[in-house]
Amino acid sequence: MIALLARDLRLAIRAGGGFGLGLAFFLIVVTLVPFGVGPQGEILARIASGILWLGALLACLLSLDRIFALDFEDGSLDLLATAPIPLEAVVTIKALAHWITTGLPLVLAAPLFAVLLHLPGPAYLWLEVSLLLGTPALSVLGTFGAALTVGLKRGGLLLSLLVLPLYVPTLIFGAELVRRGAEGMAIEVPLTMLAGITAATVALVPFASAAAIRVNLR
Amino acid sequence: MSIWEYANPVKFMQTSGWLLPWVVGATVLTLVPGLVWGFFFTPVAAEFGATVKVIYVHVPAATLAINIWVMMLVASLIWLIRRHHVSALAAKAAAPIGMVMTLIALITGAFWGQPMWGTWWEWDPRLTSFLILFLFYLGYMALWEAIENPDTAADLTGVLCLVGSVFAVLSRYAAIFWNQGLHQGSTLSLDKEQHIADVYWQPLVLSIGGFGMLFVTLLLLRTRTEIRSRRLKALEQRERMA
Amino acid sequence: MTLLAVENLTVSRGGLAVLEGVSFSLAAGHALVLRGPNGIGKTTLLRTLAGLQPALAGRISMPPETMAYAAHADGLKATLTVRENLQFWAAIYATDTVEAALDRMNLRALEHRAAMSLSAGQKRRLGLARLLVTGRPVWVLDEPTVSLDAASVALFAEAVRAHLAVGGAALMATHIDLGLAEAEVLDLGPFKARPPEAGGHRGAFDHDFDGAFL
Repeated sequence: MIALLARDLRLAIRAGGGFGLGLAFFLIVVTLVPFGVGPQGEILARIASGILWLGALLACLLSLDRIFALDFEDGSLDLLATAPIPLEAVVTIKALAHWITTGLPLVLAAPLFAVLLHLPGPAYLWLEVSLLLGTPALSVLGTFGAALTVGLKRGGLLLSLLVLPLYVPTLIFGAELVRRGAEGMAIEVPLTMLAGITAATVALVPFASAAAIRVNLR
Repeated sequence: MSIWEYANPVKFMQTSGWLLPWVVGATVLTLVPGLVWGFFFTPVAAEFGATVKVIYVHVPAATLAINIWVMMLVASLIWLIRRHHVSALAAKAAAPIGMVMTLIALITGAFWGQPMWGTWWEWDPRLTSFLILFLFYLGYMALWEAIENPDTAADLTGVLCLVGSVFAVLSRYAAIFWNQGLHQGSTLSLDKEQHIADVYWQPLVLSIGGFGMLFVTLLLLRTRTEIRSRRLKALEQRERMA
Repeated sequence: MTLLAVENLTVSRGGLAVLEGVSFSLAAGHALVLRGPNGIGKTTLLRTLAGLQPALAGRISMPPETMAYAAHADGLKATLTVRENLQFWAAIYATDTVEAALDRMNLRALEHRAAMSLSAGQKRRLGLARLLVTGRPVWVLDEPTVSLDAASVALFAEAVRAHLAVGGAALMATHIDLGLAEAEVLDLGPFKARPPEAGGHRGAFDHDFDGAFL
């Protein structure tokens, strides 16, 4: 299984832009927002946490359709499905690889981009905590969407339509955690809900993803 | 005789064909009196104005929007566990009805909300949840449309319905947490004392019953259509094979 | 020793039966070649045996963890080198080495080339080398000799022969004569599924359906 993770990461690096593309997209979103809402610092500071979360979510969405599509086209997915590792493990590893190549760089770069949006000082800690807790769920749910649409020729748009509604709870609790943390309000509820949703998603959704892959290979 | 016999397409076609006129009759006998009574023979409440009468469409549509999704969930589970084709096709047939009901609830809600709250739309948890439910319906239907093989489509949409249901409920609670709303509490509830007087309540129950029967009528019709088109596909495929 | 036994198997494509009543068995040290015109269902049969799709009827008995499947597509990663591609599958199947496979399929000289720079025949050789690193006794191969030249076909036949000699078995769908004298041939023609009117298997949706309307 480590071999699969190593292979996926190596492929992401060699394909070029595996790590960089999502980040660049994130930066562009953050850059475009002030053009849309105006340059006033106090407005940006108010919406910064939401924009950063939305940007992370969209950047994550960007690379989802490649999770299984390439393996499906070149036949590796058939071979992996007949290999001695369970398909549930394969999809979990795929989600992990996606998180390492997309989610983790976003988590690391978010404080930097937050400066551009005048995020208030106390919010930085909570931004990091919320992204670190929330982005794994985005990758796992994205893997589920990718598994549903793997056999389709133009699955990209459909994938977004299927996955984005599933992101709603994570987005709400993630952005809410940053907002409450920044304002010094109680953060126990959004914190535990965000962590709980991610834990449950990581534990259970891979079974659904593996089932979807099996149906699609049939 | 087991209830699963009705999951056989032949049996379903026979039974539903026999049942359909009765169901249509029941729909007309509940929906028309319910709406007429509600629209024309209830007193105008001073503090609400005449717009309150939209309640006789709004509440039944909203009730159905949620319950149709639950019905789709049950049908999907039956398909995934027992592999009854009729069940999968019934879930498929119900989705557009549910989507339209959600849309009706949203639009009538906007007409009601405008004079009441002074705004067409408010990011109230209940409204937000319905918008999210609408998105789930869209995604579910789009997945059905996108997949060529009917059995594959039934399996994948079934799995999506399962996962989606969990996240739809989660979204609902997330939305409540996110913004404590201004929407009034449920119009009908059994445990709390009644919010509204009997003069409004009785025609409302009749309307809800009418909408329910309307759903059953449409569901039977659409499921029959789906079975026929599925049958047609199977015949065409067999033709090509021979 | 029988490694793979198939009894009265019915396989389907797109919900319709394509082959029915297929029975054969494959013992250690034996090879079986499946023959039949295009579209008869060779690939469907092999995918069913590989566990990628369910059989409509019949039984497949095979000890667990004995089969290695090779499809039309080789499952190679273009940006990985020949060695890396093999090492990945060796790790997945928890076998230790790729050296023997590199030598046997004559890939030693290409070891450090990226898979994208290989010719079609070389890719196919790499795909077949993957079978050697799986360490599995039963090979299930779909058109293994596509795009191989005569020398490579001989190389492949030699690899199969060596595999049989150590107690392996191979099930192949191929049109080319591999020069494997010991291989038995199974013509799939007689197993073509009959239409439902003639008493053949009905698709799940056809079942008990005729006469409802139309």
